[in-house]
Amino acid sequence: MTEQLDAGLVARRIAGSDQVGEPRDPAEGREVGRARRRREDARLITGRTRWTDNIQLPGMLHVAFLRSPMAHARLTRVDVSAALAMPGVVAAFSGRDFAGEQGSLPCAWPVSEDVVIPDHPPMAVDRVRYVGEAVACVVATDRYRAADALEAIEADYEPLEAVLDMTEALSDGAPAVHEAGNQAFTWRFSGGDADAAFHDAPVVLDRTYVQQRLIPTAMEPRAVVAVPEGEGFTLYSATQIPHILRVMLALTTGIPEHLLRVVAPDVGGGFGSKLQVTAEEVLGLLLARRLGRPVKWTESRSEGNLTAHHGRDQIQRISVAAERDGRIRGVRVDLLADMGAYLMLVTPGVPLLGAFMYSGVYKMDAYDFTCTGVFTTKVPTDAYRGAGRPEATFAIERAVDELAAELGLDPVEVRRRNWISREEFPYTTVAGLTYDSGDYEAATERALALFGYDELRAEQADRRERRDPVQLGIGVSTYTEMCGLAPSRVLGSLSYGAGGWEHAAVRLLPTGKVEVVTGTSPHGQGHETSWSQITADALGVPFEDVSVLHGDTAVSPRGMDTYGSRSLVVGGVAVLAACEKVKEKAKRLAAHLLEAADDDVEFADGTFRVRGTDQGRTIQELALAAFAAHDLPDGFEPRLDADATFDPENFSFPHGTHLCAVEADTETGRVAIRSYVAVDDVGRVVNPLIVEGQVRGGIAQGIGQALFEEAVHDTGGNLLTTTMADYLIPSAADLPDFVTDRTETPATSNPLGVKGVGEAGTIAATPAVVNAVVDALRPHGVRDVPMPCTPERVWRALARSRANDGGTR
Amino acid sequence: MIPAPFDYVRPASLDEACRVLGEAGDGDGDGEVKALAGGQSLLPLLRLRLAYPSVLVDLGRLEELRGVHDRGDHVFIGALTTHDEVLRSPVVREHAPLVALATATVADPAVRHRGTFGGSLAHADPAGDLPAVALALDCVLVTASGAGGREIPAAGFFTGYLETALEPGEVLTGVKVPKLGDGWGFHYEKFHRTAQAWAVVGVAAAVRIDAGAVAQARIGLTNMGPAPVRARAVETALRGVTPPAAGAGGGHDPVKDACAWADEGTSPPTDLHARPDYRRHLARVLTHRAVRAALP
Repeated sequence: MTEQLDAGLVARRIAGSDQVGEPRDPAEGREVGRARRRREDARLITGRTRWTDNIQLPGMLHVAFLRSPMAHARLTRVDVSAALAMPGVVAAFSGRDFAGEQGSLPCAWPVSEDVVIPDHPPMAVDRVRYVGEAVACVVATDRYRAADALEAIEADYEPLEAVLDMTEALSDGAPAVHEAGNQAFTWRFSGGDADAAFHDAPVVLDRTYVQQRLIPTAMEPRAVVAVPEGEGFTLYSATQIPHILRVMLALTTGIPEHLLRVVAPDVGGGFGSKLQVTAEEVLGLLLARRLGRPVKWTESRSEGNLTAHHGRDQIQRISVAAERDGRIRGVRVDLLADMGAYLMLVTPGVPLLGAFMYSGVYKMDAYDFTCTGVFTTKVPTDAYRGAGRPEATFAIERAVDELAAELGLDPVEVRRRNWISREEFPYTTVAGLTYDSGDYEAATERALALFGYDELRAEQADRRERRDPVQLGIGVSTYTEMCGLAPSRVLGSLSYGAGGWEHAAVRLLPTGKVEVVTGTSPHGQGHETSWSQITADALGVPFEDVSVLHGDTAVSPRGMDTYGSRSLVVGGVAVLAACEKVKEKAKRLAAHLLEAADDDVEFADGTFRVRGTDQGRTIQELALAAFAAHDLPDGFEPRLDADATFDPENFSFPHGTHLCAVEADTETGRVAIRSYVAVDDVGRVVNPLIVEGQVRGGIAQGIGQALFEEAVHDTGGNLLTTTMADYLIPSAADLPDFVTDRTETPATSNPLGVKGVGEAGTIAATPAVVNAVVDALRPHGVRDVPMPCTPERVWRALARSRANDGGTR
Repeated sequence: MIPAPFDYVRPASLDEACRVLGEAGDGDGDGEVKALAGGQSLLPLLRLRLAYPSVLVDLGRLEELRGVHDRGDHVFIGALTTHDEVLRSPVVREHAPLVALATATVADPAVRHRGTFGGSLAHADPAGDLPAVALALDCVLVTASGAGGREIPAAGFFTGYLETALEPGEVLTGVKVPKLGDGWGFHYEKFHRTAQAWAVVGVAAAVRIDAGAVAQARIGLTNMGPAPVRARAVETALRGVTPPAAGAGGGHDPVKDACAWADEGTSPPTDLHARPDYRRHLARVLTHRAVRAALP
C-alpha cells in the first residue's frame, strides 16, 4: 500500500509501523452483544485516575463552608474577622460579600404558569431556609486550616418556625418559607373522563402512599476545583452534566461561556445527585475569580447528606376505579411533592416525569393527575435514580396488588386482565404516551417460571395454615418506564429549559485508530466500553483500537450529558450515526482510490471492496490516505471524521416483571428477602454484563428505599441521618443473589433497538418488595407498611392490627 | 470530615503511655487525653468533631498488649488484639466460644482487622457487642497505671454511656476470660438492620445444663441501657427449668416464660432504629432465641 500512497516521510513511517490498526477479525463475531468487562474499571477501582479530589495544582487553596445550624431563621450578622486571623487563612467571606455577584442558583424547569421560583443565593445573605445552607466560607492554604477557621466565624440567627410537613405547610397560617407562600406550583393533567370512570364503579380503592425522602448516596462525594486560566476559568467538578453546567454557570456568574471550560473528570456515581448546578460550583468560580488562585472544595459524607439535594419525598393519594373482575376503569392521583426550600435545576419537574406513568402497563379509560409542589425548610429535592417514575410505578403497582387482595384475585391475574397485550403495540396510553413495543406476557411468564410462583404460593398457604411465626410474602411488579430522555419537542412542551438530543463525533486517526467523542458524561455507566463496542462493529475495527473521550467541554463541546437512562438510547445512537457518516466518506475515498463507482463499493468487516473483486482498502488504509491527502477526490477534506446528533422521536419504554419473596418474622418484624427474580426487557443489549450490573445495582437501590433508607429530621428540622451509621444503605451482605433474565423486544424508536437500563431496577424493585412485605402480613390484617419497612414498622403494623382485631390473632 | 487539632504521642512503653495519659488528666470536656487503639470508634468521633481531645496517645507500638494466651483457668486476651486475631485464635474458639461468636458479628472485615478487643471494651459503647459478653462471662479487666494497675470485674467496669471505671493515667492492658468448664452452651443473638450496623439489641447467652435442666445461665444484654446489663431476672427464672425437647410444637414453654423477664430493670434508649417499647419486646424475643440456641 505504501507505493500507492506516494512517499511522504510521515505516511511511510505510519504505514510501516506495527502500530497501524488492522480490521477486526470477523471470526471473533460481533462486539455488540458481547459481555465485555469494562475497560475503564481497572483505573476506577484502583483509584489511579483523575477524581476531582485527586487534582493538585500549584498555589491551590481550599474552601470550607460554614453552614446554617437552623432550619429557618433570619441571618442577622455574620462576622468572619476572627477567622481571617487564623493560621493559614487567606480569605473569608459571608454571603453579603458576594451579594452583588453570586446571582441565583438556576431552575431550568418552570413547570407551570403559576410556578414560584424564589431567589436562591448560593450563600445565604439575610435568611436561611434549611440546615446546611451555606452562610460563610473560609479559604485557606489547606483543608484542615479551613475547617478549623470555620469555628471562629460568628453568625447570629433569629430563629423562625421550621416548616417540615407538607400538609401543614399548605394550611392557613403556616409560617411562610418564601414571601409568595409555601405552594410552589400546581400542575394538572388528565386523559379520558375520570368522573365517568369513577361514577358507579363497582370497586373504588383509595390509598395514600408516602415516598420517603431519600439521600442519593454516590460513592464519590461531590468535589469542585475552580482554576483561573488566562482570560477565563476551568471548573473541574464531580458532575453528571458538564455541558449543561457550563451554560448555566455562564448565565449565573457572568463568566462568558467561551471563557469557561467545564471538566467532569472520572466521576464516582451520581444517581441524579450530580445532575445539579450547586452553590459550591458557583462559589468556587467566584472565589477563584476574586482571589486569582485555584480553589478546591470536597465535601465530607455528612456535609453531602446535609446539602446535596435529596430525592423522592412525595405524598401520593391514588384512587382506582375498577370492575368486579379486576378490570381497571380509571385512576386518579393527587400528589404533594416536597420541593424543599428552593427550586433547583429540575426540582419541580421530577414529579411530572412520573405524571405520565401512573397508568403503568395497564389499559384504562380515564386518568386524572394533580400535583402540588410545596416549599418546606429542608434541603431541596431533585432528581434521584428514576426521578418521578419510581414513585408513579410504586403507587400503581401497590394499588394493583391491593385491588387483587380486595377482590380475592391473584395479583398476576389482575395484571393480565389489564395490561396491554403484545398484539396491541404500538399502544397510546390514557396518559398520551405511545409505547412503541413490549411483551409483558413473555417477561411475566419467564419470571413466574424462574421464581417458582406456584410452589411459593403453596408454601405460603401452608405457612398461613400453620400460623408459622415466619410468614412468606410474594410481591409482584410489572413495571414500565419512559426513559431515554429524549425528544426535544416533547421536553419543550413540558416547559423544560433544554433539549434532549445527544451528540457524537467519530474520527479516524492517521494510524487507523479511532477516537469517539461523546456528549454523554459517564459516571459509572461504562460508556467507554459500550461506545467502543458499537464503534468496533460499525467501522470493523478492533475494540482495542477505539478510545472514547468525554466529560470536558474543550474536548467534547456539544452534549446533553447523562441522566434519565438516556445515554445509550440517545448518545449511543449518535455514535452509531457518526460512524455511518464516517463510513460514507471512507467509501467515497475507497471508490476514488480503487477507481470504481461509489455504488460498486461495499463495506464488510472493516474493508471496502469493489463488488465482485478482491480489490479493496481497509478503513485504516483509507484513514492514512486521507491524512496524507496525496490522492483525494475533488473537494474531499483530508480527514475521515464526522459529527452526528440524534434526537429521538419518542421516549423508550423498557419494561419487565420483578417478583420478590420475603420472609417476615412476625415476632421481631424483621423482613428478609428470600428470593428475587427480575426479567427485564431493555430492548437490544450492547453489553449484557453492563446491563446485568445496572439491573443488580438498581434492584439493590430499590430495595434500599423499600427496606432501609430514609432521611429523618427532628422537629427542629435538623437532619438526623447525617452519617452512614444512621442512613442505612444495603450492602451485598444484606441482599440475596438476584436471579436475572431478559426478554428482548427491540425499541422501534432508534436504529439500535435499545431502550435504556439505568433506572429500570430501581423503578421495579421498590413496589415488588413492599408488595411482598404486605402480602406476608395480610393474614394478620395488615394492609400497608410505610417505607422503609423497618423491623420496628413491621412490628408496629402487626401490633396495631392485632389491637384492632381485639387480639384474636 | 476533619478533626480539630490535637497533639499526637506514640509511647514506646506501657510506663510512658500511663505517664502521658496521666499528665493532662482525663475530663469530660474539651482538652482531655484519649488513648487510641484501633481507632474504629474514636476516629469517627474525632472526624465528626464530637470529641475534642487535646492529646491522642497512640498505643499501637505496645506489642506486649497484643495476643491471646491460655492461662489455665482463663484465657487472657491482650487489649490490642484485633477482632480478627481474636476470631482466628484456636484458644478463644475452644475456651471462650461466646467471645468468638460475638466478635464475628462486629461490623465488617475491614473494621475487624483494625478494631481491638480492649478498645471496644474501653470505649464502652452500649451498642457494642463485646461489653455484654464480658459482662455475661464475668470477665476481669486488667489495667496498668503509674500506681501499679488493677483487676476490675466487668460488673464494675461499665459505669455509664461511654464511661468506664478507668482512671486518668490507667490503661486497659488485657482481659481475663474465665473458662467455664463442661456442660455450657453459648450463643450471641444480634439484631441489626444491616450487616455492618450496630446492634439494635443483642443478647449474649451462656447456659449450663445439668441432668436435663438449666443449672446456670448468664445473660448479657447489648444496647438495653446506657451500659450493658445482665438479665438477672431471666438468669434466676431459668434456674431449674427443663427446656422442652427440640421440635416439640405448641404447648407451654417454661424457657420462654423465663425469658419474658429479659427487659426487667433495663432502660433502653430511643434512636432511629427503635423506640424503647420495641427494644423491650426484642429483648424478650431475642433472649428466648439466644437461650434456645445456647442450650448445649
